[in-house]
This record gives sequence, C-alpha cells and structure tokens, in this order.
Amino acid sequence: MITFRMNGLEVQAEEGSTILDTAKFYGLAIPTLCHHEGLTEFGGCRLCVVEIGEGLRSKLVSSCTYPVEPGLVVRTDSARVWKSRRMMIELMLAMAPGSKVLQDLASKYGVTKVRFAPRDGQCVLCGLCTRICAEQMDAQAIGFQQRGHKRKISTPFDMRSEVCRLCGACMYVCPACQLRCQGPRAETALCNACLAMAPSCLEHYDDLQCWMYDAGRCGTCVQDKKS
Amino acid sequence: MKQYRTHLLVCAGTGCVSCGSFKIKEALEKEIKAKGLDREVQVVATGCNGFCERGPIVMVQPDGIFYQLLKIEDVPHLVEEHLLKGRPVKKLMYVPPAEKQPVPKMKDIEFFKHQRLIVLRNRGRIDPEKIEEYIAFDGYEAMGKALSGMTPAEIVDEITFAGLRGRGGAGFPTGKKWAICAAEKATPKYLICNGDEGDPGAFMDRSVLEADPHAVLEGMVIGAKAIGASKGFVYIRHEYPLALKRMEIAIGQARDNGLLGEDILGTGFDFDLEIVQGAGAFVSGEETALIASVEGRIAMPRQRPPYPAHKGLWGKPTVINNVETWATVPNIIRRGSDWFQGLGTDTSKGTKIFSLVGKIANTGLVEVPMGITLREIVYGVGGGIPDKRDFKAIQIGGPSGGCLPAKLLDLPVDYESLTAAGAMMGSGGMIVMDDKTCMVDVAKYFLNFLQDESCGKCVSCREGTQRMYEIVKGITEGKGKESDLDLLEEVANVCKDASMCALGQTAGNPILTTLRYFRHEYEAHILDKRCPAGVCKALIRYVVLAEKCTGCQSCKKACPNDCIKGTLKDIHLIDQIRCIKCGACKEACKFEAIEEQREEAIQII
Repeated sequence: MITFRMNGLEVQAEEGSTILDTAKFYGLAIPTLCHHEGLTEFGGCRLCVVEIGEGLRSKLVSSCTYPVEPGLVVRTDSARVWKSRRMMIELMLAMAPGSKVLQDLASKYGVTKVRFAPRDGQCVLCGLCTRICAEQMDAQAIGFQQRGHKRKISTPFDMRSEVCRLCGACMYVCPACQLRCQGPRAETALCNACLAMAPSCLEHYDDLQCWMYDAGRCGTCVQDKKS
Repeated sequence: MKQYRTHLLVCAGTGCVSCGSFKIKEALEKEIKAKGLDREVQVVATGCNGFCERGPIVMVQPDGIFYQLLKIEDVPHLVEEHLLKGRPVKKLMYVPPAEKQPVPKMKDIEFFKHQRLIVLRNRGRIDPEKIEEYIAFDGYEAMGKALSGMTPAEIVDEITFAGLRGRGGAGFPTGKKWAICAAEKATPKYLICNGDEGDPGAFMDRSVLEADPHAVLEGMVIGAKAIGASKGFVYIRHEYPLALKRMEIAIGQARDNGLLGEDILGTGFDFDLEIVQGAGAFVSGEETALIASVEGRIAMPRQRPPYPAHKGLWGKPTVINNVETWATVPNIIRRGSDWFQGLGTDTSKGTKIFSLVGKIANTGLVEVPMGITLREIVYGVGGGIPDKRDFKAIQIGGPSGGCLPAKLLDLPVDYESLTAAGAMMGSGGMIVMDDKTCMVDVAKYFLNFLQDESCGKCVSCREGTQRMYEIVKGITEGKGKESDLDLLEEVANVCKDASMCALGQTAGNPILTTLRYFRHEYEAHILDKRCPAGVCKALIRYVVLAEKCTGCQSCKKACPNDCIKGTLKDIHLIDQIRCIKCGACKEACKFEAIEEQREEAIQII
C-alpha cells in the first residue's frame, strides 16, 4: 500500500493505481471524459487534471494517467485546477456544441460563455471510440489520423474498413454523439429532424454504415439538409 | 600515410553543400591535378565550419587562411596564386562589415574569436567520413579509458561531477539520469540518441552529426558501459540525409575497427547501434513520443512517470540524450570532470552550441561557454544587425521558446536565467529580429507552427494552439478586440499548465513573452489598427510619394497584379482595392518613392 496526501487527508492506495482510482475510492469527484473503465488510459481531455506538489514546484497532471507514489501531495479542486477544467470545457464545447455530456459539464463547472467561434464539429477527439474498437472489439477499424489541427478519426485511407463489424461500440462510448440522438434542435418542441435525414456516412462510403436495424432512424447522423 | 604540404578543407555541411561546395571541391581537385600539385595538396571535405553565412568556405592549412563565398570561377585563380605562387588571395577573404581590410586568418575573425570549441572541436578540421582522422585527434581515447580503466559507477560519477546537463533543452542532469537507469535491474537496457531536431532555424544537432559523427558514437558507447546497455538507437530525422549518411558510415567504420559490436577493444563489452529515421513530426523530439516512434507507433507523448530511465523502450530502462550531450561525454571522460567544471556558470557547466539566424550579420553555428551574455553573442560573435538597423528581440529555444527584448541583452545565457525571463534554453536556436519585425506576426508564425505540430492528444494543446492562432491572426488582420489580450493570456497559461508534454507546456511561451515585453505592439494593432513595424498586410497600404516618383515604370513592371497605373515620366498610382500588398513595387523602386503607410489604413479604403 502507498500512503500519500489528498486534499489534506492521508490516503492509501495500492501500488500501480492512479490518482483518479484513489479519488474515486475515497468518494472525491473528478470529472472525466476520455476515461472509461475497461479501456487503457489516454489522458487527452485534461478534465481530470489535479494539482500535485507544493509551492513553486507544484504542477497539474492528469489524474487518470498519474500513478500514485509515496509522499505525493494532491489537490483535486484547487483554483488552478478549476481554471484549467473550465477552459477545457470551453474549448471542447466550441468544438462540439451539440454534446450533452459537455453541456452538462459546463453547467456543473460554471462555464457560462464560450469565447471561441463554435465549430460545426461533433468530435472532441477523446479517442474513446478508437480504444474500444481496438481493445474491446479487437477490430482496430478506426484510428487517429494526422496531428495538430488536422487530427481526425477515421478508417484507414478513409475507406470502408474491412474489419468493421458495425458493432456500434464506438457510438456507444462517444460523449458527443449522445445528444444528437435527439435531433439537432432538441430544445424546440417540433424537431422534424427525421424529415431532414441525410446519413453522413453516405458522403464517405457507398453503403450505409449503420448498426441500427432501421437505417438512420435514431437520428445520430441527422444533418441539416443542405437546401 | 601520404604526406601533403597543404590541406584544403572544404566545408561540406548542409549549408555549404547547398551553396555548391561539392562542386567547388571537384573544381579544386581538377585544377590542382592540372597544375600537377596533386601530390602536394590534398582536398578534404569537412563537417560544418559554422560560418554558414559565408559559404562555400575553404580553409587552407597549415596557413590558417580562410576563404569564403567561393565560386567555381575563383578556383583557378585561387590555385594559381595561393598554392603555386604562395600568395594568399585577398579578394576571397573575409572583410568585416564597416571595415575595408580583409582578415586572412580564421582565428582572427570576430565570429570565431569568441567561441570555445569542445563539442565542435573537430568541425572544419577532419573528414567526418574517415575514422582515422577522428582517431588522429584523440578520438576513441575516452572510450578506451572508460572501457578498460573505469567501472560503470566511476563513469557515472565523472559525468555527475562534471555537472553536465541535458542539451536537448530541459537541462536535466545527465549523470543523475544515468545513475537512475544504472540502478534499474531489468534488462536489456537501451540507449537512444535524440537527433530529431525540428525547431525552425535550428541546426545544431545536424551539424554535430555531420561534422563529427564518431564523437556521438563514442559518447554512446561510454554511456552504454555506464548504464549496462547492450543496444542503442540513433534517431535522426529523415530531413537530414547527409547526417544520416555520415552516421551510417561512422557506424560501419567503428564496427570494422572493433569499436562497436561484440567484445569492443577486447574488453568483453558488447554494444551495437542502429539508426532509426524519423518521419517528420516535430513532437518526436519529446522523449516518450520518440520511444513510441522507435517502437513503430504514432509519435504521441505519454504521461511520465514512469520515466524512460525506469521504463522506456519496450518497457525497459532507457537513457535518452540529445546529440550534443552525447558528443560532450567523450570530452569529459578524456579531459576529466574538473576541467569541465571550470567552464560555464555555477549551475550550467560547459559550452552550448547555438544556431544564430535571422537578422544578424554572421549567420551560423556557434559554440560558446555557458554564462556568456546575449549581447556578446549578438554583437560579438554575431557581428550585430546588418543594414545598420536596430536590435528588437531575440527568440530563444525554438518555437515554444520566448522573445526577449533589447533590455535583456545583458542576460547571461544559462538554463535558469532564460527560464526566469520566460524563454528557455531549448535545443539552442537563436533567431535575431530587427526593428522591421512585427512581434505579433512573429507570435502568429510560431503558433501556426505549433498548431501544425501538436500531436493532438491533449485538448489544452491541440485546441489551445489553434485558438491562440485564430485570435492572433485576427489581431494581425485588424479584427482584434480589447478582450482578446486577456483571453490569449488565459489560454496560454492553461495550455502551459494542463498539457501533458513539454510541447504543450511551452506552447504558450511565444504569446506570454511577446505579451510581457511587447504588449504595446498588440495594443497598437487592436486599438489603433496599426502595425508599428509595417508588416501586417491588412494594416498597411502602399502609396506612391508624388515628390519622389520619376515615372520610371519599374514598379509597374514589378507588380504581379497589374494594379499600378501611370505612363512613362508620369507620377504613378497604386490601385488600393486591387493591391495585394506584396511589397514588390517598394523593392523595385530605386528612388524610395513607395512607402508603406501604417496609420488608419483600413478607414481610408
């Protein structure tokens, strides 16, 4: 067992566990997005950052990837941590305004404005889909492409992947897909989204890539019809 | 071995090669043969001489004469005069700016005078493709000493006492890193040489690999003995073909001579090296990303700890050091840690190589002792700013370093001082800027680089650099708002705070230092819609000064967009709506009759 301090309390954790594991065990809430039990840690969303160390040498680290070590001093909710988390939520909201997960986080952490021009994106590049595909479905049908501002998730060479079984696991874990299932204008009483159905996969592939029995009926891929 | 009375050392670093130094070498050889001197004079291709501004360069030894800016046409004259008649050719020598008399000898030239060569001791002196020449200058002596006369612990102690710190930028004590790795029980252990130098305007590692590949190799064998590694990798980026070729030759020669492979020097120690080519990602220079790249995965950094010294390549203890660090090691072992201790400052020992580029008279590669002031580098070694312009800023430490203003010119160059000033040592790129440089534009340039080169893992870095770029781009286009500066600062600080690897953690520096030292320029762009340096296209316009225009039509011919009107001997006029602000007209005008106007350009149109 490793003993260290978290938010002023002495805590114990097994060797090899992360700060996030320990915080969860002790009932401390740390927001996460790209973390998923059963998948390897990624550390990309930076929502779970915590402050470690003291004084000038203190720094922020992602708690999901940081292994516990003896003598560690952790603060899960310092001003610095909150400032960073808020900025992450703001940055991600500007990427995928349609994500309910992100909208909820914004309310919880008091993000009341997005100061960046919103992008018409749906993906926050958290990598959950690529990991579940590779690690749980043993398929590796999708993965990251490019780097920096060109980064995206796609199939190899943007072609229909032969190893994809249309299992839908990627959509199941996606934090940005969830709200879209209710249509793009869920806040209005009359959505009519299904009337404007245009499965986005048809823009890339010849065949519909839907795991649902009834193609596109869930509304996941509903887009505004370009009229 | 054949004896020659004179050696012509032709610089064959990438800079001089691209200026045609191989052709000069061929011409020299041909000419020397034609004159029947080929038994007396030898032509040698050496590694980068450092004074890249003046390439192609030829040194004549033992006279010590330095010839520069050579052309093929100069070769017959040079051979005839200097080699046949013994009269050095004055017109091919270096003339310092503002002076008329040429300086014949290399050691008297300002650029070389202030340098202290340790890592680059063999530059411009030996043929990097011949192991014999390296050995002749004490090469592999340190390796012999380390392998036959020292225990691994003694080697680590020697490096620790010397106070050598990593030359890749962060400055972690090398001895400490080695000690941690040496204490690990898991085997096999690995060594990696990080030659993935990606900073714009930096070419230290390239030049070391090109000029003295055996020094890097020797350092790695010594390191291998110290930590007990049996295999090493030299990671060189694909864009350095000459460095790759010379390293390959060096490894082959070392193997043939029993200096690499099994049972090195008969001491029973086995170690071998392999070259890995990088595929062009800047982030591969980060050690965990580099390990991923060597393993064949995407170059994406991971969380440390575990540090590579505990769990690195394929989960085994690994020491990663920069090219320059490895090349320093043999010098320390050969001359002792006390000698190395005596160089530099209290916390930063030894020398550091910088590539001096930008608006500076002597562009090139310099090796100076730690603790030297920026002023000595810029005005002493660098020869000041050309065209009598004023120094404005110096950008240190690569794209994520910082821009330091003139008032910090007396800052000593060491790890701590630079970090405190908001810049960083980085791998050692120095970009000098004069008063015609717009600092907002500079920040935009570096952010554009970073948003391209961020691996894209962390939201803070990927999105942060993109958003900072967007905002700064808006400011340069005259669309800035007052609130932008606070937002920029906030994003930059969070990017620095919350990102996983050193790229993200320093990506805010271009913004933070320019805001800290040049805030007035941002304010001029935002509040007055004015670019003080006259760089940002949206905020300037070109106009013809009626009193100076002679109607010569040269601007009209130069304009790529045909937007200058005027007949011969009439005052010309620039069509502001169609003008693309390329500045070609200003360059073409011989009468200084075209000026960029910086005030309220937007409102006028």
